[in-house]
Amino acid sequence: MSNRFFKKIVGGTNEFERTPVPEQSLKGSRSFLGMYAGEHTAGTEFVIGPLFVAHGVSAGDLVFGLLIGNLLAVLSWALITAPIATAKRMTLYYQLERIAGKNVVRWYNLVNALMFCFLAGSMIAVSATAVGIPFDLEMPTLTDWFPRTAGWVVTVLLLGAVVTLVAIQGYSQVSKFANVMSPWMILIFFSAAIVGLSQLGVGSAESLVSVAQEVIWNGVPLPGMSRFSVWHVIFFAWFCNMAMHIGMSDLTILRYARSWKAGFAVFGGVYLGHFVAWIASGILYAVFLQANSGSQEFAPGPIAYQTLGIAGAICVVIAGWTTANPTIYRAGLALQGIFPKVATWKITAVVGGITSLAACFPALVMKLLDFVALYGLLLMPMGAVIFADFYFSQKMGFRSEGALSSKSEFSLPALMSWVLTLAFCLGLNLFYGVEIFFLGLPGWFVAVAIFVALSKVKYPVSKSLAA
Amino acid sequence: MKPLLKIISFAGLLLSIGPPILLFAGKMEMDSMKLWMGIGMVAWMSTAPFWINKPSGQ
Repeated sequence: MSNRFFKKIVGGTNEFERTPVPEQSLKGSRSFLGMYAGEHTAGTEFVIGPLFVAHGVSAGDLVFGLLIGNLLAVLSWALITAPIATAKRMTLYYQLERIAGKNVVRWYNLVNALMFCFLAGSMIAVSATAVGIPFDLEMPTLTDWFPRTAGWVVTVLLLGAVVTLVAIQGYSQVSKFANVMSPWMILIFFSAAIVGLSQLGVGSAESLVSVAQEVIWNGVPLPGMSRFSVWHVIFFAWFCNMAMHIGMSDLTILRYARSWKAGFAVFGGVYLGHFVAWIASGILYAVFLQANSGSQEFAPGPIAYQTLGIAGAICVVIAGWTTANPTIYRAGLALQGIFPKVATWKITAVVGGITSLAACFPALVMKLLDFVALYGLLLMPMGAVIFADFYFSQKMGFRSEGALSSKSEFSLPALMSWVLTLAFCLGLNLFYGVEIFFLGLPGWFVAVAIFVALSKVKYPVSKSLAA
Repeated sequence: MKPLLKIISFAGLLLSIGPPILLFAGKMEMDSMKLWMGIGMVAWMSTAPFWINKPSGQ
C-alpha cells in the first residue's frame, strides 16, 4: 500500500502538482508509518553506523545522542513540516514557485539534482563493495578519495549502468521491489546486531555494557579520523534529513496526510533506521575491526558478508540499489523542471552517467556524514523561506507568496535569503571553525530573519492594498 | 495459493532472525546460521513479491 502511495507522490504520473490535494485523496497516519520505515532503513545506514565507530564516538554519547537527535528530528517533521503541508496541501516545488518564483526554483532544482546524483553515487559504491566480493576486488579504505584500482572503476561503472537502465524503465518496479525487501532488510539489521554481539563475546547485560563501551564505541577514533562528541551525534541525527523536515522537501509527501499529526508517524521509521540500524551496522564494523586488526578497509559489503554470510552481502546490494534508484529518478525529475522539453529517459541517462562517475570516487562513501550534512544545509534555507512566508507574512506585514502576488518569476527576498544564509554558514565554518554538522541551526534562523526583513521592504502589505 | 505463499514468506522472515538468536544462545554454529539465513532470504524474495504489493493490501 505504501508503495502505491509513494509512487503517486514521487512518480512521473504525479497528481495534484499544481493544485491542493483534495479531501478524497487524503491518507491516514498508517500509510506514512510504512513508507517512512522503508525510507529510513536504506543503504546509507550501512555506512553511517560504521563511520560513528570510526570517528570514535563513545557508547553513552551514541545512545544518548541518537535518542535526543532523532526525537528532535521527529518533532521537526511533526511540528514544522506537517502543519504547513496539511494547511496548504501543495508540493514543495509549487509552493516554492509561488513564493520564490520560477527562476529561483530552477536553481534550487539544479542544486537538488546534483545532490541527489552524489547521494545515489555513494549508494552505488556501497552496492559495489558487495558485488565485488566474488571477484576479490580490492576495497577502498577510510582515507581514500580516489579509486584504488581499475577493477573498482569497472565494477562501479557497470553497476551504475545497470541501475541507470532500470531507472530509465521507470520508478514503479524498483519501488515495488524496495517495498517487498523492506521488512526483510529491517530484520537483517536486527540479526546483524545479535550476531555481532555474540561474536564480540556478549553473554549478559553486564558484558553488553562493557563490550559496548570498551570494544565497539570505545571513544577512540581510527587513524586519520576526527573525534565525534555527543553533540555531533545529536546534530547529525537531527539534521541528516534536514532537507526533508526543516528544508520542507516532505511537504510533497505530508500534503496527503489527513491530519498534521501524521508527521509523528516518522517516529517508527527514524528510530528503526537511525537508531537500531546505525547501532547494528556499527556493531558489524566493530566485529570486522576485531577480526582484521589495524585494517583501514571500509567496505560495507565484506563487513556484512563476514558476519551474516550471503544474506548480509545481498542486503548491502539491495539496500544500496533501492536507495540509488529512486534517488536517480528524483534527480531526473528535478532536472526536468529545468529542461521540460527534454525526454525523461534522456535526462535519466545523463543523471545516471553523472551518478556513475561520482560513484567511482570512494570519498563520497568515506565522507558521507559530511556530504549528508552539506546536502541538507544547501537546501534548508528554502524551507526556512516557506516557514517564514507561512507564519510571519501576516504578523510582520508583508504579502504572502511574493512571486505569485507580484506576478513575478523571481523573488529577491527568497534568493537573497538562500545565498546570504549559505554565505553566513560558510563564514562560520571558515572564520570560526564551526563544523558543518552545527551550521544548520543558526543558518535556519538567519534565513528566516533575512527573508522577513527583505519581504517587508519588497512586498509590504500597504503597497499591495494601495495598488 | 496466497495463504501458502504468505506462510513461506513468514517462514523466510523467521529464518532471517531465528538462527542469529540461536547462535547467540549457543544452540547453533556460525556456518549453519549463515546457511539458514540464506535459505530464509530466498524464501522471502521468491514469495513476498506475489502478495505484498497486491491491491487487496489497500
